[in-house]
Amino acid sequence: MTRYLIRRTVLAIPLVLGIATLLFFVINLAPGDPTQLMINPSMRAEVVEQMRANFGLDQSLPVRYTKWLTAFVRGDLGYSYSYNQPVSQVIAQILPNTLLLSGAALVVAFVVGVLIGIVQAVRQYSLLDQALSFVALFFYSMPSFWLALMMILVFALFARNVWDWPIYFPPSGTRSVDFAQLGTWDQIVDRARYMVLPVTSLALVLAAGIARYTRSSMLEVVRQDYVRTARAKGLRERTVILKHALRNALIPVITLFGLYLPVLFSGTVFIEYVFGWPGMGKTIIDAISLRDYPVVMGTSVIFACMVVVGNLIADVLYAVVDPRIRYE
Amino acid sequence: MTAPLLQVTDLRTYFFTDQGVARAVDGVSFSVTPGETVALVGESGCGKTVTSLSILGLVPDPPGRILDGSSIRLRGEELVGASEERLRRLRGNEVAMIFQEPMASLNPVFTVGEQISEPLRLHLGMSKRAARERAVALLNEVGIPEPAHRFDEYPHQLSGGMRQRVMVAIAIACEPALLIADEPTTALDVTIQAQILELLAQLREHRGMAVLLITHDLGVVAEVADRVVVMYAGQVAETGTATEVFGFPSHPYTEGLLASIPRADRSGERLRPIPGVVPAPNDWPAGCRFADRCRYAWERGAAEAPPLLELETGRGEERAARCWLVAEPARRHPPIVAETEQ
Repeated sequence: MTRYLIRRTVLAIPLVLGIATLLFFVINLAPGDPTQLMINPSMRAEVVEQMRANFGLDQSLPVRYTKWLTAFVRGDLGYSYSYNQPVSQVIAQILPNTLLLSGAALVVAFVVGVLIGIVQAVRQYSLLDQALSFVALFFYSMPSFWLALMMILVFALFARNVWDWPIYFPPSGTRSVDFAQLGTWDQIVDRARYMVLPVTSLALVLAAGIARYTRSSMLEVVRQDYVRTARAKGLRERTVILKHALRNALIPVITLFGLYLPVLFSGTVFIEYVFGWPGMGKTIIDAISLRDYPVVMGTSVIFACMVVVGNLIADVLYAVVDPRIRYE
Repeated sequence: MTAPLLQVTDLRTYFFTDQGVARAVDGVSFSVTPGETVALVGESGCGKTVTSLSILGLVPDPPGRILDGSSIRLRGEELVGASEERLRRLRGNEVAMIFQEPMASLNPVFTVGEQISEPLRLHLGMSKRAARERAVALLNEVGIPEPAHRFDEYPHQLSGGMRQRVMVAIAIACEPALLIADEPTTALDVTIQAQILELLAQLREHRGMAVLLITHDLGVVAEVADRVVVMYAGQVAETGTATEVFGFPSHPYTEGLLASIPRADRSGERLRPIPGVVPAPNDWPAGCRFADRCRYAWERGAAEAPPLLELETGRGEERAARCWLVAEPARRHPPIVAETEQ
């Protein structure tokens, strides 16, 4: 297992380099450059040229690529034009926010999705099953940014200003202004309140897909002979379903974990933007419009690494759940 | 005669589907006395497995249902309509079952030991450690070498024969009074089949456990069964002791089954398969259900369904066949064997 992990990690290096290279050329071939947003029409052409030279933008693409690559493999992600900070410092500030948001969404999505899938499979063709299928399809087919806007409208704006609900959620940011004055417990509650809407908008779409997947996987498994064996032993129905059937039904669902990570991260980009959540997604969009190449490259590479690591985790989980899988 | 351990009376298990009502088990009666091996014999689709699942209350509902008027008594206790909780306490404890496919009957994600320990901890309230000790002893008893080592292995690490032994170990874990073995050897190769049958016979002898053996393999039946219940199209076609049924088959279906087994002592003889297939359970014929495939069939069979008719053996054994030939023996042609030896 350890050897397998080492081999997979080593193999991931050219993968990440390849992704980074592709990104480098795509972003640099896009029209415009960072200086265009810094200059004003009265500047003389020589000044503009000098600025481009300062950023190294006067050199040919292959030369810039070689320079970037050399720095990159040494762990130097460059210096942000717009933040006036090293890119690594920018990422260090925003990465925890994104990990918190996407991690929470992932957990919620899998817990809710798997639970709904089990209920649907156990009560196949019941009214409840059909209702849940309908709801799942509803959220599955909804773009998460639109869902996010509707959530803000209902649970932040209307709930507070129109319907006077006792519970409403903040539509933007990560914490209250008076956060520093709160006690530890209140700080946790405060952060949780700010997470509810973005996490829900992100998780619901994923949960809907996971529920559909779990349902069909579970239905497949409960027909198996070993489930009948479990019943013939006199086990309680709860044990039969949650122990004998679920453990087997989860094996294909784990595939979704790897598959959904890119979906999750691209969802994060929109959700962070809608909820003003200072994370990787919001930063990457800002950086693209400002042509802040080093930040775009840095954040993208981090996203790529997270997807690669996520898939590695999924493969390890396979071996944990299914003893028939052994990595040599 | 001793009081029966299991008494099944007029069991009707129907499946209510969109394609109509499938009368999978349609008025089956038989009994098993303590320590006895009874074989339930018949082709695929004749209702053997549904009968056994009905005993355990494991018929998938919906669409299946045991009809009112059916009775399954275990030591006199009525199981039809008993609470799920009561049935659950019987399963794996008083009545255990092993299935046809050892490859598919064990859960692939749990160790063999975990799966044997489960009924021990559930029904006998054993601690994890006690269950482990007992499970290792059981593995040893069913003839698995290095039982302590095998305890921690997963089903995929065992051969088909070993897995069926594990299934047997699970089934006998709580020392059930009745073991239902649904085609326990069908999926195994011949040498392993013999070993498993031998194992079942030994366990039965040592533990005084009754066995309800469900099979379509008459060779197996002849080896181990005390009594035979031949099923056809959801009904009992013929019952009697193994010697009686094999020596003097009364129902043409039993005759047909016997004529279709290859036998070493009659080489050169043609096998005579029974023509046709079992009719669909949602469309049993109105008269005798075997009439279409019967070599003796005459008008009476097509018109009137025969009841289970008692046969006089003169030996004081319970013997019956669902065939009009019992009432009109003159219509039986010379037996197949004489006809083919030419």
